[in-house]
Amino acid sequence: MLSRWGLRGAVLVYLGALLLVPTGLVFYRTFEHGLGAFWDSVTTPAAQHAFQLTLELAAIAVPLNTIFGIAMALALVRGRWRGKALVEAIIDLPFAVSPVIIGLSLLLVFGREGWIHLPFQVMFALPGMALATIFVSLPFVVREVVPVLREVGDEQEQAAATLGATGWQTFRRITLPSLRWGVAYGVVLSVARAIGEFGAVSVVSGHIAGKTDTLTLLVQERFENFDVRGAYAASALLAAIALATLFTMTLTRRRTA
Amino acid sequence: MIEIKDVTKNFGDFAALKGVSLEIPDGSLTALLGPSGSGKSTLLRVIAGLEQPDSGVVCISGDDVSALPPQQRGIGFVFQHYAAFKHMSVRDNVAFGLSIRKRPKDEIRSRVDELLRVVGLDGYAERLPSQLSGGQRQRMALARALAVEPSVLLLDEPFGALDAKVRAELRTWLRRLHDEVHVTTVLVTHDQEEAMDIADRVAVLDHGTIQQVGAPRELYDEPATPFVMSFLGPVTTVGGIMVRPHDVSIAAEPGDRALEAQVVRVVHLGFEVRVELELALGEQVSVQLTRGEAEQLELHDGDIVYVSASSSFQAPPPASRPEPAAPLPQGQQG
Repeated sequence: MLSRWGLRGAVLVYLGALLLVPTGLVFYRTFEHGLGAFWDSVTTPAAQHAFQLTLELAAIAVPLNTIFGIAMALALVRGRWRGKALVEAIIDLPFAVSPVIIGLSLLLVFGREGWIHLPFQVMFALPGMALATIFVSLPFVVREVVPVLREVGDEQEQAAATLGATGWQTFRRITLPSLRWGVAYGVVLSVARAIGEFGAVSVVSGHIAGKTDTLTLLVQERFENFDVRGAYAASALLAAIALATLFTMTLTRRRTA
Repeated sequence: MIEIKDVTKNFGDFAALKGVSLEIPDGSLTALLGPSGSGKSTLLRVIAGLEQPDSGVVCISGDDVSALPPQQRGIGFVFQHYAAFKHMSVRDNVAFGLSIRKRPKDEIRSRVDELLRVVGLDGYAERLPSQLSGGQRQRMALARALAVEPSVLLLDEPFGALDAKVRAELRTWLRRLHDEVHVTTVLVTHDQEEAMDIADRVAVLDHGTIQQVGAPRELYDEPATPFVMSFLGPVTTVGGIMVRPHDVSIAAEPGDRALEAQVVRVVHLGFEVRVELELALGEQVSVQLTRGEAEQLELHDGDIVYVSASSSFQAPPPASRPEPAAPLPQGQQG
């Protein structure tokens, strides 16, 4: 009995000290001087632009990674082809490699002295930042969908085939609905990652204030310019978006379960 | 009618089917019976188009369907683990094939209601598969397969995941359903009792070849190979000859061609009595008697008696069985 409470206590203290207290403190510091100060801080033109850019990047990266993730998971679980193990390892690369390195490698490929030159500006503009965001949030949907796909098996798909359903009908009416929770969870994680990304985006953005600043970059910029309260406000906004995403997820899950 | 001609199928090094030929008559309920790894499920999946044979031809109702995908073969398939569409209600599960075929909504609704009545699931239409018992799920799967009016119904170990009581009930139920619906049915099973009980024809498979095809009674009484004989019921050997335990007679006095044996054990199993004997050369014989026969003989452990096989299987004993057993040509049974 005692040891069970001891274990629970230890876990709660750990969670509290490392997660809840710091996050809570950010919110406390943000609203310390009232809602008005916070509102002023997050509605400056730079902040509004950063907010918009952050959402734009997520809106580009997440749908692409979702479609790619489902297709890739199907290929990995259902397909039989050479080099599958290698591809599976490569997909985890963004987990293993530091985002800064990802940013630098993008710079090497698409930069002014890089290998690939496109007719439009990639680096220090939206396309480069979108690439960086896609890169870092790529594995989430794949990783969430693969185990679900394995667990569901392919018998339901075979049954659908014997009942006359074409491959696309089977995918839309059988496979996709049975994957919905894996996909939803992957999407939530991707959104959180895309919104919170700092390292890779920082390298490729060029920090052009009011043009290529995302919310995370805005936090850093304000912090470096001794605008601590501004930095807290932007942080609180970031945290709020992340929490909202998680809550939506939990709520919808509870309702359908 | 389903015709299977010279079908072979390999999975890597493993030969699942080695040139199987079989005809399944219209309206019959045929069981594919064999131990695991005998190729029976693979054969069923080849008929369904879920598995592509390496060579050979499958014809359904006279049409060569070898190149057709499962969608176009006019089959219904029932899986061992139900393959229920978990996110759909029972109604939507059963309606699936019809809605794929874009039938009018009214027609689908009335057809599904009718089928749910046939399988005894009326009142369960709006439930999810997870709210049904195993037996109910399998009946739902059967209704789903029957909804599209298949010319052939294929069942892959349909009762394999159910407990013994439900299995026996569903078996009787399926037999009655078949008598009503008359759709040509092929059922895969490893349970010889199930095959004998439910099917009007049984094809016995072993190591990817068909050992024998015939009515259950024929297979039991006139097995073509030692494998069929031992797979379809209990066997014992007397003087190197395979016999059913109930086909061995015991006498107190020596007789023509009778062998001397010593009683090792007498086991009373209600109406039936099992006697275990040992022949002179150490060969163990198991004999099945009725209670009356046993009482007349007054057997005791250690008694010396004389045994003879009253009818026997005239084939080499298992030790010198020729390998592999050749598939029998169609129509030459027993």
